[in-house]
Amino acid sequence: MSAHHPAAPVGGKLFNLPVMICSLLIAAMVAVLFVRFIFGLGAVTNLNDGYPWGIWVVFDVVIGSAFACGGFSVAMLVYIFNRGEYHPLVRPALLASLFGYTLAGVGVLFDLGRWWNFWHILSPGYANPNSVMFEVAVCISAYIIVMWIEFSPVFMEKWGMKVEKKKLEKVLFFFIALGTLLPMMHQSSLGTLLVVMGPQVNPLWQTPVVPLLFLLSAITIGYGVVLFESCVASSAYRMEIEMHLLQPLAKVMLGMLSVFLIVRFGDLVVRNALGHALQPTLEAFFFWLETACFVLPYLLVGTAGARRNPARLFLAGVAIMLGGVLLRVNGFLIGYDTGLGVDHGWNYFPSIAEMLVTMGMFALEVLGYIIITRRFPVLPRSAAAH
Amino acid sequence: MTSRRDFLRGCLAGGAAAASAVLPETACARDTLQRPPEGLGLLYDATLCVGCQACVAACKQANDNPAEFSAMDKLWDSPLDTSGHTFNLIKMYRNGTMETKDAETNGFSFMKTSCMHCADPSCVSACPVSAMTKDPVTGIVGYDADACIGCRYCVAACPFGIPKYQYDSPTGQIGKCELCRHRHKDGHYSACAEVCPTGATLFGRTEDLLAEAKRRLAAKPGEKLVVPRGRLPKPGETAEEAAQWKGLLDQSYEAVAGTYLQHVYGEKEYGGTQVLKLSAVNFQKAGMPDLPPKSSAATSETIQHTLYGGMIMPIAVLAGLTWVAKRNVVPEDDEVSKNQKGGQS
Repeated sequence: MSAHHPAAPVGGKLFNLPVMICSLLIAAMVAVLFVRFIFGLGAVTNLNDGYPWGIWVVFDVVIGSAFACGGFSVAMLVYIFNRGEYHPLVRPALLASLFGYTLAGVGVLFDLGRWWNFWHILSPGYANPNSVMFEVAVCISAYIIVMWIEFSPVFMEKWGMKVEKKKLEKVLFFFIALGTLLPMMHQSSLGTLLVVMGPQVNPLWQTPVVPLLFLLSAITIGYGVVLFESCVASSAYRMEIEMHLLQPLAKVMLGMLSVFLIVRFGDLVVRNALGHALQPTLEAFFFWLETACFVLPYLLVGTAGARRNPARLFLAGVAIMLGGVLLRVNGFLIGYDTGLGVDHGWNYFPSIAEMLVTMGMFALEVLGYIIITRRFPVLPRSAAAH
Repeated sequence: MTSRRDFLRGCLAGGAAAASAVLPETACARDTLQRPPEGLGLLYDATLCVGCQACVAACKQANDNPAEFSAMDKLWDSPLDTSGHTFNLIKMYRNGTMETKDAETNGFSFMKTSCMHCADPSCVSACPVSAMTKDPVTGIVGYDADACIGCRYCVAACPFGIPKYQYDSPTGQIGKCELCRHRHKDGHYSACAEVCPTGATLFGRTEDLLAEAKRRLAAKPGEKLVVPRGRLPKPGETAEEAAQWKGLLDQSYEAVAGTYLQHVYGEKEYGGTQVLKLSAVNFQKAGMPDLPPKSSAATSETIQHTLYGGMIMPIAVLAGLTWVAKRNVVPEDDEVSKNQKGGQS
């Protein structure tokens, strides 16, 4: 049984190939954004009135924040379900979450058509508490602050602020509780965003339980992302993979996934909506693609033997993430039709410029993760010995 | 054993939030809102419409909107759909040889596309910053660009595809029909109804317009029918009330009753709309969505109010989580010292 190892910086050079690639992608993003802010959304995006939300909303914000659920999922496991053995996974997961959410918050600004008014959403004079978007915005803003507080001991350790760290740790339990509640609230609400769109969303994704589906899938994705990240970080930094933690974590993930799939299909059966999945439509194809991604982990890591294989753990994490991507893309884009069957001729496929911004945002996340893990005590020390 | 008990306790606290999402619609249920009694609206009668587009031109002028071109020569305003710069458009239904007006096969018909001014608008429910509002008296769904953050949730939410964003500008706004509310103080009502030569678009109180629509549906197809134009006065309107609006009081003329479908579109759709429509051609074929009587705003707000009403649920869950977390969070220094003493299980 391995004991807790205090976290330590990985060290090493900051200028290498991954950092260069990330920097290039970020530079491309900045260039596109320059054009966007001077000439408007239409100058760089393929957005139109049939598809007012494109990948900047669906990928950068809705999916980006779901990918950033690792911190929430692991913290919940450790602190709420008292599984202290997973403690070494908390900091790296929290760091990825911190970046994911902070960038999702910034990414919203790129998409807002009247971004200089963004503060209205947090201002009582303007706020509309009936709006799902209002709930999402307030909750994500609060969560970003809470996560920086949760993560601040890392900086305090680095800069030797022992007294402050002690004081913070006395009340940290409250921020951990808040940091568990807030993602539950907004990850579910990100799904509720679909409800007001009514029959414009295909019945495969338009359901009153969509908040529960988004919440359960976000928690599952959280564990999937941890599997993915741990494998990538271990291979990139040539560290030992924390197999003793990832194996049981994969089991927890499968349990959560089962709950999700029971709710998902139970709802489809109760609403009598499964028929929509049996039609020769693009929506039905994407529904089965999404379902396949969610079922794949059982085939990959369903047995204890299979879970000993790091490659399978990695692939199971990727499959879960893809399933989560598809659930969200299907709800907001593939299954969304302004015309309600009346063909208005609206189409949407992201422009190169839009994709450059999305890639730039993910590159910014990776770059931040590299810099902080190399310079701040985030990853477990035993593994960082090399 | 302790860890198992804690695990179960954690399940309870954590599960509460998840379970709350599937709570039955109880005290927090938000019913579909109804039209305000004095609500204003339009009645569009496709059988009277001749497709002259005078209303489209008048709307452009009244709202100070630029022309939009879809032809090479760029001579005429020719938008193909409503947009951030076109709030009203007459679209055409065509079938086969297009010989007969108002016939579904080998015929043609028209349909007005503009804001329906829903009783329970999705755009108002969706807007996070109250830039979309429904006037409590007139029921007009208005837009305030100074409040708007440009998130375009209203664009996504509206089942009629009405609020539209100006993608061509770095300071783009949402554009939609506001029933010419900015002209009301000068005695002008909706420009589209003001200029309509056949009375196909009629302005008035929705209640009166609904009665007028039902009167037309009751008429025998082909029989002579006197129809009003411009503004429909309310029954027993006083001279004082009439003086509020400009224009001739009685512009009615003798028309012919159409072969209407027995359906006033907008009477019940999504809880009702303040703009009503009559047609001889199937509404879905003419471009109007088939909507249930319950509004999506009601479904969405019921979910939100069930989960967040009075913030009771979140605070209760937070209290549970805090209690559990306080027991489980061990300051890291203590943890290290515990580990040095022989580790923890």
